[in-house]
Amino acid sequence: MIELHGVRKRFGQQVVLDGVDFTVQDGETVALLGPSGCGKSVLLKHVVGLIRQDAGTVLVDGKDVAHLKRDALRQLRSTIGYVFQNGALFDSMNVFENVRLGITNEDQFRDMTYCRERVARCLKLVNLTQDTAQKYPAQLSGGMRKRVGISRAIAGTPKYLLYDEPTSGLDPVNADIIDELVKSLAAELGVTSVMVTHDVRGAMRVADRLALLTGGRIVQQGTPKEFMESTVPEVREFLERDFGNLNFAA
Amino acid sequence: MTAPATSLDIRRPIGRVVMKALAHVGRVSLLVFEIFRGLAEWRVWLPRTIEEAANLGLGSLPIILLVAGFAGAVTALQTGYQFTGNIPFYVAGSLIVESVVLELGPVLTGLILAGRIGARYAAELGTMRVTEQIDALETLGRSPASHLVIPRVLAGIVMIPILTIIADITGIISGWVAVQQVLPVTNHDFMYGARIFWHPFDAWYSVIKGFAFAVCITVVSCYFGFSTEQGAEGVGKSTTGAVVASCVLILLLDTVLAKLLLK
Repeated sequence: MIELHGVRKRFGQQVVLDGVDFTVQDGETVALLGPSGCGKSVLLKHVVGLIRQDAGTVLVDGKDVAHLKRDALRQLRSTIGYVFQNGALFDSMNVFENVRLGITNEDQFRDMTYCRERVARCLKLVNLTQDTAQKYPAQLSGGMRKRVGISRAIAGTPKYLLYDEPTSGLDPVNADIIDELVKSLAAELGVTSVMVTHDVRGAMRVADRLALLTGGRIVQQGTPKEFMESTVPEVREFLERDFGNLNFAA
Repeated sequence: MTAPATSLDIRRPIGRVVMKALAHVGRVSLLVFEIFRGLAEWRVWLPRTIEEAANLGLGSLPIILLVAGFAGAVTALQTGYQFTGNIPFYVAGSLIVESVVLELGPVLTGLILAGRIGARYAAELGTMRVTEQIDALETLGRSPASHLVIPRVLAGIVMIPILTIIADITGIISGWVAVQQVLPVTNHDFMYGARIFWHPFDAWYSVIKGFAFAVCITVVSCYFGFSTEQGAEGVGKSTTGAVVASCVLILLLDTVLAKLLLK
């Protein structure tokens, strides 16, 4: 379970998170929505310990992420797969080596037979052919890079998958492919997923619950249906950007 | 009584500069600490270090030979210009050898490599920082220090003193050849002059400087790379900052080491 209680974070004079309360239950897929620059990625990075909050607590499986010692943090991170917005693939390594780095168990990492099998399986799960393994990131399309990033994130059999804008910069067809992938991985691997996105339609298709972050706070959490029926002004305004006049949709 | 708002108060900008400098010192110290902590993961950094050392050494050799060759030659030509009839010609050998070994060899090697590998390391790591590759390493439970910094630092520590020795030898040889074009210096005169004022410690001094400059260049450039912000513009700033800082620190270290070690 992921829990954020009263999380505050500022960068210089800019307050990004101003008392965020956010919970993700085991097995859920939650989409974190919000306008660009509202702090969605910042919030996600707190969960994996890349950023430390100024106030409040971030708990993963009951562990306070900000206060974990180095080895304990490493252990926690081995249970979390993080998919970066632009893939964050290592340019000097081919796809096989990139995905192999996602195998967080050291004994498995050193076993090349296991690595070959695991990488092949992970590439198959994201619908990439095996000849992709020898290519370098510069030779891949945007959609393929995202899928290799997902493949790397699942290589270590994580319990949680965190997606940072997985469909940003993609055409609608590839965006749909990624959305379906997020959904199928959640079902097939039984992982808990948090997807940061500003793509409302995709979020509604994929997520069990949605949360809207704006003004540094979560203003609404609920099922897609509850979201569409919400009377919270910020939610209405956000949805109308995607769906137009919501009275028509109702 | 408080100073009026419009008066020139230099305390604030000085304070800001001092605080910024202290923050840099603190962050560099943290990086050095991470380097020492990462040394335990030798399986990770050793193969990368060997590869990087080969690239650094072989890749830098042509430019080092060129620069050292010119440095020795110009020293010899200027020696010829300054010599009057009253100075024995064998002194030319001393001048050239001591100038190259004590100063030109290590310093020019350091400055050239600050531009060549310092800029490269800062740009590589800076690009990795702004494209979140370093964050990705951390989320995968891998140590950025072991994967990225230690190979670069150790490769520099091993290869830069070796390149310094090669630069010294090249500078001496080119100076030897060049001085005979401007002065009637025989080989015997040159060797006699080279030996008469030579101290065995001079060679060690050159290597010590090479080592010190290696640590400076690699740690500074890795630090600037890791600290990069704000996309492509940030990478440019980091690269420039790394080279400038490395060059300034090389000259500072040059002065400090001369004061401490040459007695």
